[in-house]
Amino acid sequence: MSAPIQLRPDETFILNVGPQHPATHGVLRVKMQMDGEYIVKSETVLGYVHRMHEKMGENRTYAQFLPNLSRLDYLGALGYTHGHVLAIERAAGIEVPERAEYIRAITVELNRVASHLFWFGAFVMDLGGFSPLMYAIQDREHILDMLEAVTGARLTYCYYRFGGLYNDVDDNFIEAAKRFIPRMRKSLKKYDALVTGNIIFRKRLEGIAPVSAEMCRKYGATGPVARGSGINFDVRKNEPYSVYPEFDFDIPVYHECDSLARYRVRMDEMEQSLRIIEQGLEKLPDGPFMAEKKPKTIKLPVGDYYQAVETARGSFGIRIVSDGDKNAYRLKLRSPTYSNMHLFDEACEGMLIMDALAFMGSLDLVIPEIDR
Amino acid sequence: MGGYFSEILYGSKSLLVGMGITFREFFKPTVTVQYPYQTIKMSARFRGHIELIADAEGKPKCVVCGMCERACPSGCITLGSTSVEVEVDGKVKKKKILSKYELDFTKCSLCGQCVENCNFGALEFSKEYNLASTRKEDFHFNLLKRLEERNA
Ligand code: SF4
Ligand code: SF4
Repeated sequence: MSAPIQLRPDETFILNVGPQHPATHGVLRVKMQMDGEYIVKSETVLGYVHRMHEKMGENRTYAQFLPNLSRLDYLGALGYTHGHVLAIERAAGIEVPERAEYIRAITVELNRVASHLFWFGAFVMDLGGFSPLMYAIQDREHILDMLEAVTGARLTYCYYRFGGLYNDVDDNFIEAAKRFIPRMRKSLKKYDALVTGNIIFRKRLEGIAPVSAEMCRKYGATGPVARGSGINFDVRKNEPYSVYPEFDFDIPVYHECDSLARYRVRMDEMEQSLRIIEQGLEKLPDGPFMAEKKPKTIKLPVGDYYQAVETARGSFGIRIVSDGDKNAYRLKLRSPTYSNMHLFDEACEGMLIMDALAFMGSLDLVIPEIDR
Repeated sequence: MGGYFSEILYGSKSLLVGMGITFREFFKPTVTVQYPYQTIKMSARFRGHIELIADAEGKPKCVVCGMCERACPSGCITLGSTSVEVEVDGKVKKKKILSKYELDFTKCSLCGQCVENCNFGALEFSKEYNLASTRKEDFHFNLLKRLEERNA
């Protein structure tokens, strides 16, 4: 635990972390006022890769906006495109075939595992362990290969369409996914023995960087960050969408509020995602993968629409205000990392800088998604 | 005091377990490929940049309807056409043929809207991924010329 610090303003200095610090996985800048190794005050500076996705959404037709969504969070892109197509489908009243929804759920969960795997590797690397990243990437490669074979892309997918999918999955994909599940379960056990039990790892995370449930509510933090603070909230359970009510899965919640709790939530979530994939593959119905009745150009009735989905990082919301035209009058993207990151400034006060970097890793920040 | 020693014991054990795992990984087969000496085959649905499809005579199938140009979110496609007179069943008719198909690959997001919006099956994705250059102009593709080169 960090000791209380004696504030002597004449002895502090400013440490500039970033804007291109390797430990922050993106272009984020943190201005830290330091007293020796302790942080007195920190200020996150955003906007280095801002691309005006919301404005683009207002100037493009709904279909043309599809590729943008996968550029928000390049590690778990499918979840974001899922939110967009769900919002439009609900607003325009398009019926989606069941098969398409099942495939969406399977691919989103695969993508979630891939995203968590990469986070796991990068997080341990932040703490100074290199090999786990290699093992995690090796497992993730299997998922990327599978998704590439069905979507045609490895990271920035543009797979879902209004009313269904771009293309159906084939038997090869189903076989590969079935083979992947036991492999991943074995790997999870390996990671557990290699990393979770490691004494250095535990010493750097246990009891470090407590984030109270109160603080999560204050900043609107969601996803594994909130669930590591004892808040049992997951959009898949609390506001069910797609075919998630059909699946039997648990929401891992930890009450320790420290960095280790956030780590544990994500590790458990991978197992839960595997369970969803397993059930999805089993139940996958036959049928069309694209709705038969759907308008050629999508025009939403005048109104205000919102859809939230649970992505790998938390609750992602898309709000569309339509004036009846081919494109949105106003489009707002609520991205989970943006809220999750903002508790960093308050929570890291009085922390050692090395603990703060570990804490930042445990928040799982993807910067393009903050600077959308 | 007991806690101190048990922690040392636990710590040493955890490190040994970890080292055992990394040691075993030593003897696993290599999974990496020595690019560029070795390459892997792209999957059937891999999306490279777009390419025109030729008909039986080697001419582009494209009828210059402009759907792809309009569908593209980033405005990467520029079309040009000339009109020629052709005889169909003894009658002279005007017909548009493709004279220019330019793709600005610097802006393309590989979304596939152009291919999906083409009702004449005139576009496909190439499997090309070895695209590296220090000059921007190298990514302004003249697809008509590429098609002719492929035919030649
Ligand atoms: S793939 Fe998308 S961005 Fe690229 S040319 Fe086609 S429509 Fe335009
Ligand atoms: S949509 Fe097809 S036929 Fe029409 S201009 Fe484009 S490539 Fe040619």
